[in-house]
Amino acid sequence: MWCGRRGDKVSSLCLVWLVLHESLFSSSEKMEDCLAKKMEITVSEAEKRTGRNAMNIQETYTAYLIETRAVESQIEGQCAPVESLWRRYSEFELLRNYLSVTYPHIVVPPLPEKRADFVWHKLSADNMDPDFVERRRIGLENFLLRVASHPVLCQDKIFYAFLMQEGGWKEMVNETGFQLKADSRLKALNATFRVKNPDKRFTELKHYSDELQSVISHLLRVRARVADRLYGVYKVHGNYGRVFSEWSAIEKEMGDGLQSAGHHMDVYAASIDDILEEEEHYADQLKEYLFYAEALRAVCRKHELMQYDLEMAAQDLTSKKQQCEELATGTVRTFSLKGMTSKLFGQETPEQREAKIKVLEEQIREGEEQLKSKNLEGRDFVKSAWADIERFKEQKNHDLKEALISYAVMQISMCKKGIQVWTNAKECFSKM
Amino acid sequence: MINQYKFEDGPELRDLFITVDDPESHITAIETFITYRVVTKTTRGEFDSSEYEVRRRYQDFLWLKSRLEEAHPTLIIPPLPEKFIMKGMVERFSDEFIETRRKALHKFLNRIADHPTLTFNEDFKIFLTAQAWELSSHKKQGPGLLSRMGQTVRAVASSVRGAVKNRPEMFTEMNNYMETFSQKINLLDKIAHRIYKEERDYFNEMKEYGPIHTLWSASEEDIADSLKGIASCIDRCCRATEKRMAGLSEHLLPILHEYVLYSEILMGVLKRRDQIQGELDSKVDALASKKTEKDQFSEEIGKLEDKVERANNALKADWDRWKQNMQWDMRSTFINVAENNLRYYEECLATWESFLTSQTVDLHVDEDSEDRP
Repeated sequence: MWCGRRGDKVSSLCLVWLVLHESLFSSSEKMEDCLAKKMEITVSEAEKRTGRNAMNIQETYTAYLIETRAVESQIEGQCAPVESLWRRYSEFELLRNYLSVTYPHIVVPPLPEKRADFVWHKLSADNMDPDFVERRRIGLENFLLRVASHPVLCQDKIFYAFLMQEGGWKEMVNETGFQLKADSRLKALNATFRVKNPDKRFTELKHYSDELQSVISHLLRVRARVADRLYGVYKVHGNYGRVFSEWSAIEKEMGDGLQSAGHHMDVYAASIDDILEEEEHYADQLKEYLFYAEALRAVCRKHELMQYDLEMAAQDLTSKKQQCEELATGTVRTFSLKGMTSKLFGQETPEQREAKIKVLEEQIREGEEQLKSKNLEGRDFVKSAWADIERFKEQKNHDLKEALISYAVMQISMCKKGIQVWTNAKECFSKM
Repeated sequence: MINQYKFEDGPELRDLFITVDDPESHITAIETFITYRVVTKTTRGEFDSSEYEVRRRYQDFLWLKSRLEEAHPTLIIPPLPEKFIMKGMVERFSDEFIETRRKALHKFLNRIADHPTLTFNEDFKIFLTAQAWELSSHKKQGPGLLSRMGQTVRAVASSVRGAVKNRPEMFTEMNNYMETFSQKINLLDKIAHRIYKEERDYFNEMKEYGPIHTLWSASEEDIADSLKGIASCIDRCCRATEKRMAGLSEHLLPILHEYVLYSEILMGVLKRRDQIQGELDSKVDALASKKTEKDQFSEEIGKLEDKVERANNALKADWDRWKQNMQWDMRSTFINVAENNLRYYEECLATWESFLTSQTVDLHVDEDSEDRP
């Protein structure tokens, strides 16, 4: 696949991505329709650019090259042309926002982090740092592949245009008016606190996503510290190399052994760089699921909002029906200010009352229609959301298990390298 | 501990076995100090008994060392552990400090026992066999503090006068060697301590790392086993790291430290040789100016020449012996370090490989179940 195209190190990262992509292709029934099967998508390059932003202030940013190539014609022995365009991170963000709002029942794949987080001392937290940019490039490619392999999202026209149409894409997105459909944060927060009967599964899912987020953050933090310490252990051994070499100069019999042992200590010290770089990719895999937790919560929030809306509508309908009844029968069952004032200042005329009842009855009819459709909407939402959540769970379990396995593979590789170096060193020491 | 030492004549020919153990705290009105039990087993005729058990404190060891230095100024007397440890946060009577000191004292006595000349030293015998009060009274008989101070002053003076004039080439080479060796061994000592510290910090972080996976497994179903597997692997590697650290502190650190002290001792021995030579040289110079008392001088000079020759020969022989021992010690210590690391990596490798096996077995099981409609 594309790993080979770039020719460089086929690390265990590639192994993981290959396995990941295998999983994408095998875990969903509708895969034949998916864009990912029809088209090769890569984010192949990153480039520093300068330009002027919306405030006409000059800024530096990174642009990413998205390359696509149709797969089908390759089977016929012809190589389809590669199409490409450049996008920057903010455009990816726009795409994702659009997808989140337009498909609130879908667990939308997350973007790689905006700023480097969970860094350990060797990594810089600078967005322009080439290692960070490289990892982000991989993350963005992963994002596109996830969307392209999602049975629903891959069919979205805006997504397709994102891949194929450089000019005018932003306008196209804005024209959809998706920003208007977005729920306000405040509204969502309010719903979360006030909803009375959310679907239990969503409540449990919300707890799960909170736990997932908390535990993965903790894990990543400690991992970064462990990486730091491990780096220290390896690098200090490098000092042996220098001192052994200097010492060997004054020794006759021990000289050779010392000198060559010193060389192996240098090799040992240098080996940690590659080891930790690979581990960084593992951390990125975990980070993806850290960010997925937020996507899960978004779906739960949407459910809570819809449920709350439904509950409010039902409540409103009930109170209107009650009002109507009271007006019709003239009995006041519940205290109302209107009731009091009318008692104090005199009742209304029968005509006025009739008019009110008519209005209320109309509102009740509308309300019942709305309630019916809201109920339907709610049930549809729950059904389709839960289907996607099941799909997500399967994907998550598969990916995380693969990631854990790849971690073990990395550890094994590190141990084997260590054994080799120290075996060599031991041989040199024996010659001292 | 016995097999740490190189037996020059082979273990069958060893006839003196010494152990230092059982530190005990003594509290008096004036001071608190530690005594160590010194057990000696021997087949030598000069010893009245075949087994001795005495208690000695650090001061007694210091006394022994200075007696040996006086008796054999150009022999390489093994190092004693220092009086205080400045750099570490180690308290004077912490268990760690006492144990380190005990091991070093044990080494000190055994190195003397292995030395072809020192092993027959009378003060050494008394140190090993005399009861506390016997030792005290014997100590009082030695040359007083003042005369010892006088020697030191003369030593400093002669070195200032530049006793390097007629130094044989061999000893200049030794001096140059020791200067570099001293530098390098000090660096190695620092590096080794640094490695120990880094490993300890790594260990501390690892301790927290494993349990997080266990915590996570509580929220999961499908991947709970994998997570718990990882947690247990990390914990096992953690324990392996602990063993690796212990290996460092038991073997590498004490040896490097001993040779740091040795390098100081050797510089001192070379200076004392220079000083002895200096005595001869100054007498020879004096002779050159005074023609009258020639005979008396030449007798003195003859004696001094003998003294210088004896000193040079003693040092040369001991130097060769020391170098051989050093080579052996360094080789075996660093081999031990390598083996330590190999054990560590092999244990970790086995841990992760068995985890991987368990996971791929599960994967095959899962794949089978996926095929089922």
